[in-house]
Amino acid sequence: MSTEKIKEKVLDSYNECKKDSLNDDDILLNTLHSLQKEFDGYIPLEAAEILSELMDKPTSRINEVLTFYTMLSTKERGKYIIRVCKSLPCHVANGEKVINQLKKRLKIDFGETTEDGLFTLEQSSCLGLCGVSPVMLINDEAYGNLTPEKVDKIIDKITEEERGASK
Amino acid sequence: MRKPLTILVSVDSNSILLGARHLKNYLLSLINKYNLGDMVEVLETGSFGKYGDKPLFLLLPDNRIYGLQQKEDVDKFVEEQLLKGRPIDDLIIEDIDIPGAVEATERTEENRIVLKRIGSIDPRNIEEFIAMDGYQSLSKALKTDRDELLRTVKESNLRGRGGAGFPTGLKWEFTKNVKAKDKFVVCNADEGEPGTFKDRLIMEGDPHSVIEGMAIAGYVVGANKGYIYIRGEYFESVNNLKIAIDQAYEYGLLGKNIMGTDFNFDLSVRLGAGAYVCGEETALIESIEGKSGRPRLKPPYPPVKGLYEKPTVVNNVETFANIPDIVNNGSEWFKSIGTESSAGTKVFCLCGNVVNKGITEVPMGVTVADLLYKYGGGISEGRKLKMVQTGGAAGTFITPEELSTPLDFDSPKNYGISLGSGVILVIDDTNCAVDIALNLMEFFEHESCGKCTPCREGTKLIVHYLRELSKGRGTREMIDNLYDIADNMEKTSFCGLGQSVPIPLRSILDRFKEEFLQHVGAERCPAGVCVFEKGKKEPRKARLLF
Repeated sequence: MSTEKIKEKVLDSYNECKKDSLNDDDILLNTLHSLQKEFDGYIPLEAAEILSELMDKPTSRINEVLTFYTMLSTKERGKYIIRVCKSLPCHVANGEKVINQLKKRLKIDFGETTEDGLFTLEQSSCLGLCGVSPVMLINDEAYGNLTPEKVDKIIDKITEEERGASK
Repeated sequence: MRKPLTILVSVDSNSILLGARHLKNYLLSLINKYNLGDMVEVLETGSFGKYGDKPLFLLLPDNRIYGLQQKEDVDKFVEEQLLKGRPIDDLIIEDIDIPGAVEATERTEENRIVLKRIGSIDPRNIEEFIAMDGYQSLSKALKTDRDELLRTVKESNLRGRGGAGFPTGLKWEFTKNVKAKDKFVVCNADEGEPGTFKDRLIMEGDPHSVIEGMAIAGYVVGANKGYIYIRGEYFESVNNLKIAIDQAYEYGLLGKNIMGTDFNFDLSVRLGAGAYVCGEETALIESIEGKSGRPRLKPPYPPVKGLYEKPTVVNNVETFANIPDIVNNGSEWFKSIGTESSAGTKVFCLCGNVVNKGITEVPMGVTVADLLYKYGGGISEGRKLKMVQTGGAAGTFITPEELSTPLDFDSPKNYGISLGSGVILVIDDTNCAVDIALNLMEFFEHESCGKCTPCREGTKLIVHYLRELSKGRGTREMIDNLYDIADNMEKTSFCGLGQSVPIPLRSILDRFKEEFLQHVGAERCPAGVCVFEKGKKEPRKARLLF
């Protein structure tokens, strides 16, 4: 992506978020969320630099925030980010089996991306969907009452859709 | 004109992922196909409070709840129930009561304060909220003297519903008494306590009740700006709240000169990004200011010096949602519900190995047994209860012998049992105490922000010992050391996160000591959960320095 294009995206996100501002700096996190969406799952260093100029902050400040929060990433991630709940309410509902199946099926560990660049697996703390545990989020879509079989079906479906789309 | 039949579809996030929207659209297509459009209205609403494995459809005025799992069920529902008027017994779910819809329920109406509209209004339509007395109490408040309002909130004995239980009125008084040009009202919707999902369902099902409570708080303490800080993962709640805020602006219930008075109040949503520590109020404030969410040194406390160093009221979602009814009905009414130390109701979240997972709102002082058996329907798959964790991740573990304990803000003092955020996590006998403790402590290790040494290193050390125990390589000394670390963390951690880690750790060690000891020098885990790896050595990166 050209620098011009990145600049444009950052400026758009920043201006859009700024409409909600009630005070200095109070839109940084919202802007980072929006940028992450724009850049498909991560925030490139160049975008952080441009944002730091816009907000008149050192890039290190922006980067500190970026790396503190689990949901934000400075590394390129897969097209589908799987956030699977590791907390106790899912754990006692056989969540461990679901996690193991995900790792086995995708052949990756937490924090890794599949070779085809399709899936990134991340562990998450409680997602607040304990009424249908165990649960995972794939991008912003939630899946509940999971079993290892269900996990396979979901991954199959997405993989097939992607294969169809690339043909 | 009102149509003769109404079908309410529960579309909170739990239901959506059971397929509720999908089935609703299919239902609509059938209604069109059979030309029932003039007869049947299909509306979306929040959570009915319980979940099974099916999306729920409430048929009014018949008052029947149907659980429809697949298209064939919807076909049958339309053909038999709608076209022929014949109830289909095997699709009806009997034991769910809906507030305001069922007359003779066990629970009286007073028992639903926070949840009274959830499951009966469309959360994306402000007019339905207003039709159920919404914004009435804001209107009343704006005509009332600020001191009198504060007195009402104080005398109601309302205490914070987020876990700590600090008196809400007192908090407001601190902020009100500070003279400052700018003040803030912040809603803590960073619901991260594992097992807690009540705030999500309140925001998804009745977002205006939170907005109304916040506006009243702003009026009382003299604040003109407010933030709702909400978890970044709560997509549905964020959407519903944003829609609700836009509608409130449109109706002149937010913004300048609210309801023709000189009171101005602006409200905006801020997203968290996956940090449990941001539920701590000063860390949350740092996060709104665009920084990493690390807690601040207290005092000064936020009511005096909070967001942007200005006086700031920070309350939980459920706390704000209680405010409108207290203003409307008075403090005596509120105090008549619950126990002496803890007025009002509490929304409990039932989760884990329980038959009916979901939320229920009952008066304070309810026993764990009632929650588990009366509302929760008992242990799932007919298994035996091993333990219950109350209050969330930082809450206590209790044994089946302690189930008759009543839960309110005094339970920690009187019985050593946490009320916390109202979680009832049910754990059956297929689980192992060491494995449970390990999972829980891994959570704290992951979420420790790293600011102070006792918490950062303490959680690491705890996880190390528990992992050794779970691999069959543990020693008695390790168990003793766990108690030592707990003492240390309690006394020296910087914020509530580190200070509260010892609560669950000690309670599970005390109550299940025998099982921990059975992991020492044994051949296998007594519950058959932990996989022993005696010969293996811990990989170097995970080994500790001391």
